Amino acid sequence: MTDVSAFRLPLFRRKREAREVRGYWASVANRLRYDYVTLFFLAIILTIVLLSIFAPLLAPFDPTKTSMAYRMKPMGFRNFILGTDELGRDMLSRLLWGGRTSLMMGLVPVAAATVIGGLLGVIAGFRGGWVNSAIMRTMDVFYAFPSVLLAVAISGTLGGGSKNGMIALTLVFIPSICRIAESATTQVRSLDFVEAARASGASTLSIIWHHILGNVLGPVFIFASSMISVSILLGSGLSFLGLGVEPPTPDWGLMLSTLRAGIYVQPLVCALPGVAIFITSLSFNLVSDGLRQAMDVKA
Amino acid sequence: MQLDLAVEDRKPVTFAEVSEPLVEVRDLSVKFVSREAVNRAVNGVSFSLAPSEVLCIIGESGSGKSVTMRALMKLLPPKRTVIEGGMRVGPHDIVKMREADMRAVRGSAISMIFQEPMTALDPVYTIGDQIAETVMRHQKIGRGAAMERALELLKLVRVPSPERRLKAYPHELSGGLRQRAMIAVALSCNPQLLLADEPTTALDATVQIQVLVLLRRLQQELGMAVIFVTHDLGVAAQIADKVAVMYAGRIVEYGAVADVMMKPRHPYTVGMLASTVHGHMRGHDIDAIPGSPPDLRKPIVGCSFAPRCKVVSAVCQTHSPPTKSFGNGQYAACFHAE
Amino acid sequence: MSAFDFIGADLISQEEPQAASLDERDRGGKQQPMLIVNGLRKYFPIRSGILQRHVGDVKAVDDVSFSVLKGETLGIVGESGCGKSTLARLLMHLIPSDSGEMIFDGDPVGGMRGLSLRDLRRNMQMVFQDSYSSLNPRLPVQDSVAYGPRVHGMSRTDAMDLACDLLDKVGLRAAMFGARYPHELSGGQKQRVNIARALALNPRMIILDEAVSALDKSVEAQVLNLLGHLKREFNLTYVFISHDLNVVQYISDRVLVMYLGQVVEIGSVDAIYDTPLHPYSRALLDSRLSMDPDDRMTEPPISGDPPNPVNPPSGCRFRTRCAFAETVCAAEAPSLSQAGPDHFVACHMVRRGSGHSRLLS
Repeated sequence: MTDVSAFRLPLFRRKREAREVRGYWASVANRLRYDYVTLFFLAIILTIVLLSIFAPLLAPFDPTKTSMAYRMKPMGFRNFILGTDELGRDMLSRLLWGGRTSLMMGLVPVAAATVIGGLLGVIAGFRGGWVNSAIMRTMDVFYAFPSVLLAVAISGTLGGGSKNGMIALTLVFIPSICRIAESATTQVRSLDFVEAARASGASTLSIIWHHILGNVLGPVFIFASSMISVSILLGSGLSFLGLGVEPPTPDWGLMLSTLRAGIYVQPLVCALPGVAIFITSLSFNLVSDGLRQAMDVKA
Repeated sequence: MQLDLAVEDRKPVTFAEVSEPLVEVRDLSVKFVSREAVNRAVNGVSFSLAPSEVLCIIGESGSGKSVTMRALMKLLPPKRTVIEGGMRVGPHDIVKMREADMRAVRGSAISMIFQEPMTALDPVYTIGDQIAETVMRHQKIGRGAAMERALELLKLVRVPSPERRLKAYPHELSGGLRQRAMIAVALSCNPQLLLADEPTTALDATVQIQVLVLLRRLQQELGMAVIFVTHDLGVAAQIADKVAVMYAGRIVEYGAVADVMMKPRHPYTVGMLASTVHGHMRGHDIDAIPGSPPDLRKPIVGCSFAPRCKVVSAVCQTHSPPTKSFGNGQYAACFHAE
Repeated sequence: MSAFDFIGADLISQEEPQAASLDERDRGGKQQPMLIVNGLRKYFPIRSGILQRHVGDVKAVDDVSFSVLKGETLGIVGESGCGKSTLARLLMHLIPSDSGEMIFDGDPVGGMRGLSLRDLRRNMQMVFQDSYSSLNPRLPVQDSVAYGPRVHGMSRTDAMDLACDLLDKVGLRAAMFGARYPHELSGGQKQRVNIARALALNPRMIILDEAVSALDKSVEAQVLNLLGHLKREFNLTYVFISHDLNVVQYISDRVLVMYLGQVVEIGSVDAIYDTPLHPYSRALLDSRLSMDPDDRMTEPPISGDPPNPVNPPSGCRFRTRCAFAETVCAAEAPSLSQAGPDHFVACHMVRRGSGHSRLLS
């Protein structure tokens, strides 16, 4: 009775013809193709990412090389296209290098939190009962604090440095992502196709892998992408307060902090890191928005 | 459908139409426009309805029956919808009417009941409050008088122990009572026209017949016209005076209910009747209509029913069928109807 | 006494009902019913307040017994809230029952020596009502069909071939539809996929829970025809749950009428439809709409809605809506008694000496 082959129908092998029909992700991509605003900001993000990756090649100067003679010079002074900072370092080079740290601060904590929070959320949602209560009430405790305060408190406890900053931010993002994953899982779990999968004798892991994850990933992904800009801002905030990246490593938040003093001497130059943060986080936000619209396919 | 012909011919046929029709719809078409496609949900629908007449619009999902009715109420999302043609209800020209004026008409001259009363009733107000609210919005009377009217209406729709139900919330009522409460709200301002969108589809068989009998009785007592949308031929047989069968956004057959049900002319109506399941077909295959309705996002050449039709011929593929009259007020849009 | 005692005794001696040609999976022989359900019960507790105090039960399925013969279609009818969908889920073991036993082709289900759930589910499958949730929106439909066999260890290519085969069998050209996603299919097409999915494990019995209820009439007819063909081709036994009396009459060999979690009448389709005995079955059948506009109902056969399954009436649960209710109906719950060769009714009016002043049949 347990032999599978006994239950097989007579069948013949066939060649499956080419799939002419669009899959879900293909249809999402198709919708994005006509969303010019999202595409524009996606291009900006790609540019920023590429500039950061190739910073060592593109930067005209060493970002940490100071010069007493060239302090606080305006844009276009000699070879300093974007001027210099309060220690005479080239702003363009520092912005390019700073993009690396800032993007890292934006992406790594969100990615880590998505994996951890998503996993916890799916477990909580699928198991329900006391497992759910245990996980979700723990999350609620973290959720009760304002995120800035929580980030400051955690990285204050762990000490400075970009690694600890990222850990702090990860911990800040886990509860909200976990909550999104949990509510999506709870919703999907009660649907008929999950029942049908159970009725076919599938194991819990198989059901989660084939039927739950695909349906939970979408909402979690959208939410996480909107967290990137928050993460960049929070990371910059931590650096600004001296809790994140340590000098002389270039970082947009840190640069903004140290250039405060020069705001009356070279206001335009001092605003540059702020502008970089603004453009980057705005772009991530708008792309995440566009993605949400594109993924909202009516089933 | 050629309405001019339809209206002219029908006038001498039945006595109910000596007075001017209450509802006139001429060449109505409704398109939903989105970036990806244009969905021609309704394509040139025309009909008229005398006061105190019951018209059943029968059709399957996607036939445009609900859209036609929502167009009459101007309930379609204005940004994505293009409505063409003419619609008149009593003295009101629905197409030209502004939203503010339309609001005064909705719920008073024209009101509507839905398939799912839970979506039409507000869960945080009692039944009495909701009826009184509607009454006060359209008639300048005080709260006390409005509540009295509410009680009167609940008695009218035969809700048992109406005094108690006045203070009940929608979720405290059973499905059948909720449906009655919604009918009471709809009748609160003595509408001339009641639009009913599958109001009995979600109900159990024993409750459905109760609501149908009630609606029929109320319609006769109050003398209002009713447009009743349904997919169920049995429901139409119970309640309709006139029947309009819709397919792919067009009326394919129209006539008195007895004529259409007993001697259907359009192949689609014939097929619908044949594929309605009966116990005595046991052991035999049902004579089902093959295939599925056309995609209304693509242009249709010829008769929209041609791909599924049993009596299809070459002309059906290329030309839109004419509306044929059969003298008894019955019309069918088919080359081969006779 | 339960229905099982009667039916088991009576029908086994009866002359071979829907002759099912013996297939190699048969274990109990022709006369052994495919499924025997005995005393099945499921109460959903209602809790309220902060402490989640137990304040009552929804008696969704209460002491239900019946059997399904090999090769037949058993129709289950009843109104919303009568427990027919809960019953389907109990049969599939998607929710645990509070008590009662199930015997599948002679083997008890569960327990130490019984049939395992995994084996039961390979032999018994379910088709859900078509809704937006019956198919995984993120899987191409052929993957949905292939999923069951994959779970049971079939290789990916074999499972895919089988899925394509089955899609063809249910009338969807696999080459054209297999790679599509559910939102690209119409209601009828989705329901065909659901049927293919249920067939993928080559079950012997399929539970169809309102499987055609959400479909348009013309599509419903197509799917009913398909179900008939598949039943013959794969030698299937159906449990067909529906609220549509016409459809049940068309497809069923025997019919079970449920009211508030209990069986009120069970018998051959002719017995139930020609001579219904329980007042509820009669009201239900009288509520069918006539297709003749000159034959209009002026008085509904029964008033009121089915009562709430929380705290149902004492004695006979139908007595609050019954025109013939007497004191005995409130005092004592009627059990199923035999009213004909294959006809059992739970009504005091059917049993001689029950204390009711009327006697039917």
